[in-house]
Amino acid sequence: MLAESLALSAALFTIGVVGVLTRRNAIIVFMCVELMLNAVNLSFVALSKVYGATGQVFVIFVMTVAAAEAAVGLAIIISIFRHKKSVNLQDINLLRG
Amino acid sequence: MNFDLSTPAGLMGALVPDIVLMVGAMVLMLYAAWRPESAAHQRNVGYASLVVIAVTVAAVLWFASRGLTATEGVIAVDGFRWAADVIFLLSAAATIAMGIESNPRDRIMGGESHVLVLFAAAGMMIMAASRDLMILFLGVEMMSIAVYVLAGINRGSIRSAEGALKYFLLGAFSTGFLLYGIALIYGATGTTNIAVVGERIASFALAGHAMLLIGVGLLLIGFAFKVAAVPFHMWAPDAYEGAPTPITAYMAAAVKAAAFAMFLRVWIEAFLLIDGAWFAPVWWVAAATMIVGNVVALAQRNMKRMLAYSSIVHGGYLLVAVAAGTPLGSSAFLFYAVAYTLATFGAFAVVSAVQKPGEHATPIADYDGLWSTRPWLAVGFGVCMLALLGFPIFGGAGFFAKWYVLQAALTSPRGLVPLSVVLVLTSVVSAGYYLHIVRVMFMRPRPEGAAEPATLQPLTRMVLVGSVVMLLVLGLFPGALAGWATSNAAITPPEARNPFPTVPFN
Repeated sequence: MLAESLALSAALFTIGVVGVLTRRNAIIVFMCVELMLNAVNLSFVALSKVYGATGQVFVIFVMTVAAAEAAVGLAIIISIFRHKKSVNLQDINLLRG
Repeated sequence: MNFDLSTPAGLMGALVPDIVLMVGAMVLMLYAAWRPESAAHQRNVGYASLVVIAVTVAAVLWFASRGLTATEGVIAVDGFRWAADVIFLLSAAATIAMGIESNPRDRIMGGESHVLVLFAAAGMMIMAASRDLMILFLGVEMMSIAVYVLAGINRGSIRSAEGALKYFLLGAFSTGFLLYGIALIYGATGTTNIAVVGERIASFALAGHAMLLIGVGLLLIGFAFKVAAVPFHMWAPDAYEGAPTPITAYMAAAVKAAAFAMFLRVWIEAFLLIDGAWFAPVWWVAAATMIVGNVVALAQRNMKRMLAYSSIVHGGYLLVAVAAGTPLGSSAFLFYAVAYTLATFGAFAVVSAVQKPGEHATPIADYDGLWSTRPWLAVGFGVCMLALLGFPIFGGAGFFAKWYVLQAALTSPRGLVPLSVVLVLTSVVSAGYYLHIVRVMFMRPRPEGAAEPATLQPLTRMVLVGSVVMLLVLGLFPGALAGWATSNAAITPPEARNPFPTVPFN
């Protein structure tokens, strides 16, 4: 089971990375980042079957941090939406050079 | 005194300075929300934050002077930690001092801006202390989340929001890499403790283990994002340009120093024995950062973006110290961090003074003929530019900072002569933009009708004068700082530790 879980986790992580690099909507990019973090959580849970509870403790930390990060991230996305009326990354191009 | 980190009391004792700062920051967060936003309240929160920092610095210095030790555990109690803490706390104090005066001008009325600087500093202190990948992750995120907010704290400015969004998305992306790297290292070694990782790599001969190597690679990508190394630097100029000027200085100096402190500890304590695996990637990232950063900085016409690329370049120089992977490398880092922090805060204090109120852009053209209207401002800025360039005497400690990095590189057993050559050559290129600034300030006429820069307010002036004087004094007498850096550089590499445990995997 360990090998399958790790392979699934690697696949999910790759999907997340590809999504971040190709999607243009800030919300969807953020969802892909969350997918990456959850792929890592899957790895930790799978590995903790071999090594003991450390991996599971780590998952709790990751979820807590991801929640805090989501709060800040969505606030930033809202603040840019107020200015631009769009969360499309292609419209966000004032800073250049 | 020896802290027993396996007991809660020992752990709390080893974390007293960090806890002082965090409790102070939480109380101040309540105080900041206590009253409606106003310029006066913002200032009061700022002064209270400076008091909290002073208390924390006192605690750190007291701990450092007692020569405390601890058992092996999740927290390091060593000179490197205390030395790095002092750098972070002084940066935070300078940021808050500049923020108290520049926030009203940028129409940032919330006192939270100062408290978030404290939270970020607490995260940095955790990063410098962590000896466990779990604690390290928490420290990184504590710092990063606070700095994401700080980058976008100016809610009225669209550029601030844009910089914050880019910083946030790429920062969260890099967190994913950092975490996956940690997970794979945990999978290969069965532990998240940095010291134990190093021991297990040695005792179980894991040097060629694929999972470990992929994990180290992903961790390196995560670190490279955090220190804005090429090719993972795209977020830095935008985030630096969008953020309020004091916060930009904080990001350029303290955030970078914290990322490097953590980078050095992980690399030396855990991965020194598999240097064959990471040496080439770190070498190439360092070379690319120095070359690309310097060349792109030449093309900048905006002061903040120019300084952003300059900070990327200095990250490249510090990567050379990491690649050296010796105690000399970590002492060179401490010296460099002090000199670079001073020069950065001095430079941004001037940027904050020259920047027109309510306007976002900081074109280099604003500095034309600064010498003729505000001679002392021009002299201070000139010293900071020369320090960043690494010019002897007039650049103060900046010269010795580069000198020690070169020395660490040349004495490293890993053969860093080619990288040292790249460092020296790219430093010559960097003269193109640093000396250009000096030239426009001193040799160009002030344009007709150019606005007079506002007079420096007292706290900002203190930051500028303090930084410049310290730079020059340390440039004349580098011995004291060098001795301090050397005596605090001891991160224990794995060979030097006690006999390896003979227990097999549990």
